[in-house]
Amino acid sequence: MAVTDYLRERFFPHMWCPGCGHGTVLNSLLRAIEELGLNKNNIVMTSGIGCSARISGYVDFHSLHTIHGRALAFATGVKLSKPGLKLLVPMGDGDALAIGGNHFIHAARRNIDITAIIMNNRIYGMTGGQFSPLSGPGKKATTAPYLTIDREFDIVELAKAAGATFVARSTTYHAKESIEFLKKAIDHKGFSVVEILSQCPTHYGRKNKEGDAPQMLENYRNNTAKIGSKALADDPSLIARGIFVDVERPEYCQEYDQIIERAMKE
Amino acid sequence: MAKARLKEQKIIRDWCKGCGICIAFCPKKVLELDAEDKAVTVRPEDCICCRLCELRCPDLAIEVFKQEEE
Amino acid sequence: MTKQIMFLQGNEACVEGALYAGVEFFAGYPITPSTEIAEQLSGRLPERGGKFIQMEDEIASMCAIIGASLTGKKVMTATSGPGFSLKQEAIGYACMAEIPCVIANVQRGGPSTGNPTHVSQGDINQARWGTHGDHNIIALTASNHQDVFSITVDAFNMAETYRTPVILLLDEAVGHLREKLILPEKGELPIVDRLRTSVPKGVDYHPYLPREDGRLPMSDFGGDHRYNVTGLFHDMWGFPSNNPKVVNELLRHLVDKIDNNIRAITRYKEHYMEGAEYILLSYGSSARSAIHLAQNRRAKGEKIGVLELQSIWPFPSELVREKCAGAKAVLVVEMNMGQVMAQVKMAVDEPGKIFLANRIDGKLITPSDIKQLLRVIQGRGV
Ligand SMILES: Cc1ncc(C[n+]2csc(CCOP(=O)(O)OP(=O)(O)O)c2C)c(N)n1
Ligand code: SF4
Ligand code: SF4
Ligand code: SF4
Repeated sequence: MAVTDYLRERFFPHMWCPGCGHGTVLNSLLRAIEELGLNKNNIVMTSGIGCSARISGYVDFHSLHTIHGRALAFATGVKLSKPGLKLLVPMGDGDALAIGGNHFIHAARRNIDITAIIMNNRIYGMTGGQFSPLSGPGKKATTAPYLTIDREFDIVELAKAAGATFVARSTTYHAKESIEFLKKAIDHKGFSVVEILSQCPTHYGRKNKEGDAPQMLENYRNNTAKIGSKALADDPSLIARGIFVDVERPEYCQEYDQIIERAMKE
Repeated sequence: MAKARLKEQKIIRDWCKGCGICIAFCPKKVLELDAEDKAVTVRPEDCICCRLCELRCPDLAIEVFKQEEE
Repeated sequence: MTKQIMFLQGNEACVEGALYAGVEFFAGYPITPSTEIAEQLSGRLPERGGKFIQMEDEIASMCAIIGASLTGKKVMTATSGPGFSLKQEAIGYACMAEIPCVIANVQRGGPSTGNPTHVSQGDINQARWGTHGDHNIIALTASNHQDVFSITVDAFNMAETYRTPVILLLDEAVGHLREKLILPEKGELPIVDRLRTSVPKGVDYHPYLPREDGRLPMSDFGGDHRYNVTGLFHDMWGFPSNNPKVVNELLRHLVDKIDNNIRAITRYKEHYMEGAEYILLSYGSSARSAIHLAQNRRAKGEKIGVLELQSIWPFPSELVREKCAGAKAVLVVEMNMGQVMAQVKMAVDEPGKIFLANRIDGKLITPSDIKQLLRVIQGRGV
């Protein structure tokens, strides 16, 4: 199948701004799915609210566009109810970790077989450039005219601590790497998290003088390094990319099947 | 092994938003923006079919077709 | 065949009703006085291959049942005051996306934490107006365990019939009271199953295109039809739309699909209503006291009757107007500041003869509380 077979082409060109990284995440995700050869009828994409969340309207899967921050809770219901389905949950950083932070850590804790994709642009894109829990201190945002003082989450550390059994990070510059991580995450049995740094040239880029989309991608190239690389060892201030966790642990729906077995015996 | 050669680079004009990503990161400078700010293939003969433009395009506007190998 | 007779709590009667109706999925978060529903279903659902999940909060619980409903399951959650508040955004989503689900709200005192273990009927208005935007909702209630059982079955049936969330407004007193339930046999009460589309694979399916009878056939997630579900204004495929015509039709549909079926949805009971000069209009546990008083007074020759509402929303205005037309006075007996009374006043021709007999102190309203007010209205002193 061609990538376009997974698209709802009638809605193209899509609504994202020129150079928005969210389109590249969509691109990578579809290639990962194509390479895995998944059946469209078997995939449910659940998303919340945000520029990022609009991704679910563009894919030709079962698509559930919900409310801000709660996509993982909806996905949990779908998955537990019908464990045979593949659940993909792309989220913005605000969607996933501000309003949706509680659902994120609990989905990870349960190790329910869902793939969470965090399209991290370090800003609230849809509402016009307010800071997010991923902006970090010293950033400009429409709600931080004197610069932010809030510290940011480290999504990888948070996901690890909460119990996710697959955790990876890449960027939209590293499209091939993103595809590889997404494939592994989707294939992984358990709660998998892929953080993809995704540029918002319109708000974050402009406010923080990071330039246009190609310049922001260049920053992703220059400011990140693979875990285990010499570059990272030499300069630990770089953002680490790679697969940080890939372990097997009992999966929630499978565990629940055992509850059913026990309940039926008694 | 013969090196890969481009057969066709399909660019969906309606979808391209002229962000310049494909142009900035093409290792062989195959692409340029035209007067309407749409990406166009200007040096097809230099293309090494790495597909990076296709994979990075945020608008899914590019497809790279390699020539069949002999 | 001898029928199975149980002695149980109202919350448990609700569980029995839900199982009878075919509930397959429950998500919830503990909160007094509703918790027994979750506790019971955590054991009863897996016994029959169903699923129970304790979520991280009530918001997540509401979202999870919506997700599960889309896979074709009959779903339910249960909560009380503060949890009901948390669910509102997702209830609105289920209204907008037209997803069948049942929400039991075992009412307790409020606002805020109020009193978890004391009775109240203060969430009548929240059930109707708790969400933002225009839509309609169905809310049902009952005063005894037999009725809790059958109204729960009705709730599931209506959720499927109208593709809507249905709210079960129980209260602490009924929820925790222990009394008898005669379990109806299979087939005794009608069950409405999920209406699935007959559109074959490969043919365009419209999740939001009503059939001639107004019903909207569904297609399970994981099935042959891949469509979109969103809380945005949407077209008949479920895709976002800002087309004024589409938006206008959608919102009218959300209101009309329930308003136009108010007769089919209305549930009520009459007690001692023949020639009643004074009507006690009540519902839920307050109706028990009203019925008790009417029974007592009838025995003494006083013409007092009870109109017991079992469906609060959509409010059965016409029924109330008709039934109350001949009465000298109507006492609305409830445990709030007159939430149903306000509806009754709007419904009747002579609002001046509508009075409120209420209690809001966490104690169950008693027959003598009602009688005191009745005597004042009758000009017979206290
Ligand atoms: C309950 C609720 N609160 C607030 C909003 C407004 N809102 C919409 S999107 C959004 C943030 C989007 O940021 P993010 O999740 O990071 O995604 P992005 O748009 O950057 O892709 C907010 C605050 C909402 N829709 N619902
Ligand atoms: S505002 Fe930012 S996140 Fe939203 S579409 Fe534009 S570039 Fe993308
Ligand atoms: S990356 Fe895509 S959208 Fe951007 S200029 Fe190139 S073809 Fe156009
Ligand atoms: S395939 Fe590679 S070389 Fe060819 S145009 Fe694209 S980026 Fe340039």
